[in-house]
Amino acid sequence: MAVTATTNGNSITIKVSGRFDFSSHQEFRQIYESVPADVTHYTVDMAEATYLDSSALGMLLLMRDHAGGDNAQIEIVNCNEDVKKILTISNFGQLFTIS
Amino acid sequence: MQQSLRILIADDNETDRMILRTIVRKEGHEVMLAANGEEALRVFYEGRPDLILLDVLMPVMDGLTVAKEIRKSLVDDYVPIIFLTSLQDAESLAECLESGGDDFLSKPYNRVILKAKIKAFGRMRNMHEKLQEHNRQLVIEQQVAKTIFDNVAHSGCLDMHNISYSLSPLSVFNGDTVLAERKPDGGMHLFLGDFTGHGLPAAIGAMPLAEIFYGMTAKGFSMEEVLREINSKLRGILPVGVFCCGCFLELDFYEKKAQIWMGGIPDIVLYRSSTGSIETISSNNLPLGVLEAHQFQPAIQESFMADGDELFIWSDGIIEARNANEELFGEERLLNIFSVPRKQSMFDSILDAVDEFVGETGADDDLTLLMVRMVGIDEIGLPDFENKRGSLGGPQHWDFSYKLYGSSLRDFNPLPLVLNILTEVEGLRSMSGQLYTMLAELYSNGLEHGVLKLSSDFKTSTDGFAAYYVEREKRLAALEEGYVIIQAKHVPDGVGGVLELYIEDSGDGFDHQKFLQKAVPGEGYSGRGLPLIRGICEDFHYNDKGNVVHARLRWPTNKLN
Repeated sequence: MAVTATTNGNSITIKVSGRFDFSSHQEFRQIYESVPADVTHYTVDMAEATYLDSSALGMLLLMRDHAGGDNAQIEIVNCNEDVKKILTISNFGQLFTIS
Repeated sequence: MQQSLRILIADDNETDRMILRTIVRKEGHEVMLAANGEEALRVFYEGRPDLILLDVLMPVMDGLTVAKEIRKSLVDDYVPIIFLTSLQDAESLAECLESGGDDFLSKPYNRVILKAKIKAFGRMRNMHEKLQEHNRQLVIEQQVAKTIFDNVAHSGCLDMHNISYSLSPLSVFNGDTVLAERKPDGGMHLFLGDFTGHGLPAAIGAMPLAEIFYGMTAKGFSMEEVLREINSKLRGILPVGVFCCGCFLELDFYEKKAQIWMGGIPDIVLYRSSTGSIETISSNNLPLGVLEAHQFQPAIQESFMADGDELFIWSDGIIEARNANEELFGEERLLNIFSVPRKQSMFDSILDAVDEFVGETGADDDLTLLMVRMVGIDEIGLPDFENKRGSLGGPQHWDFSYKLYGSSLRDFNPLPLVLNILTEVEGLRSMSGQLYTMLAELYSNGLEHGVLKLSSDFKTSTDGFAAYYVEREKRLAALEEGYVIIQAKHVPDGVGGVLELYIEDSGDGFDHQKFLQKAVPGEGYSGRGLPLIRGICEDFHYNDKGNVVHARLRWPTNKLN
């Protein structure tokens, strides 16, 4: 499991690979907490994420809170079927833009 | 200050023993001596030293064998072993560590190094002891907490014969919750919940959840009201990122209806016992504790269930159960179980299939599964809310009048509150099921036929039944005018008491004659409460206009079943 981030102007792309679970809590948190203040648009790239568990959902919620709660603009992209299913079951589409 | 240790010195060479003893004693430690391996073991068992200095080459039993024996006998305890050796080659030294030693000291002994090593390993043993102590404490706390958790989180009416459930064993504290409770009107609420994370933090949230669930269900609140309360409570107390996935069911045993709320939980299965077919129902809500109270809009799905139909609900533990090859059990395998005819119950088949799949690995015992079967109301009877506060009697002599105007009728259900007041009378508490049904029937007649002017002709078919409720919602949402008055009076009569109920609505009255004539339950979909009302009331009548109803009930009564 690894998390990397690239910033481009006012947007940031956070790339998650492998299993996205509690073990990446620290890493993921450090990344979104150190995002520069002028970043307004977040993209979480799941292309290489194989699986996520409920603590990963929790981390996404924490990030959303950090990014402004209901005003946060967060896109979750490139989800594989399993990942998409977990996000759908939890109705995270109401809180994030998922594609 | 350095701590004094009890140190076993095992060496067959007397001179070496004496030298070591002198050094060790000078440091303030207590010394035990052994001249060969066998003796070393005996002294170890009898004297329980804190640290061992062990010669590798000794007669009778060599040091390596002694170290292995000692390590085998110590499960949780840690006693450092330092080998004493004149061997120099890497392989021999490595063997010392492999057989259970922690370090070695080469002959001839260097006093400074020996002192430093004893000190270092003394520290390590100390640390290990503290860790053990903390661990023991933690295990005890976990066990107590788990017992409390189980009492709160897996209670209610789960022992009813139309419910089967399976939970993780005592050792696993996974935060899964299974709750079931009867509603005063004879229905049932069930909840299967799965908090994010594991262990104590996950379990703590289950406490307020269960309290709200039982408290509000027994008082007659609807599923949506209970859900709203749980969501806002969890949202208030849980940190962001911790929430509760779950499935909430409300079963109506009269109308054979299941209302289903699902948030963040895997698809559930409705098994049609007559055809053996299944329908899956998917989650369409966010989990509980995520949204603010004003954003929480529960989407509730509805299914009709014939007697014998079964609903299966599980947390993701079953789907994610792994076998020795790290394969997941998966949803497909789970759904396939339903397509094969079984001799045993479907519930047992699922547990057996998962057991067989996981095999000996036993790594995943996180199997939370809940099944509930639709049955006839006669089969399970009405709920019996036992008196949990002892015989206090409660207030016996009172009356009240409660008038609700249009905007209050729109989005407030007064029945739980009224029932609460009535059942403060201990003698009425055992009848709370019947009382609720009676109140609900009379109140909704007043509200729907009186204030909202809906005709009950709608309700003679299944389609009409749905149409009726759509129309009811529509008119209710637009309600501005009108009122309903609920009056109740209780007077003690020596043996028991008399309860009088008076319900008036602002409508033009409705065809109560027709309502009263309908004595057979299940004829059409309305009026099921009437035989029950007649059964428990001493007197029951409408005024001529049909907008006021009186009911008088005397207790104790032998009319009750």
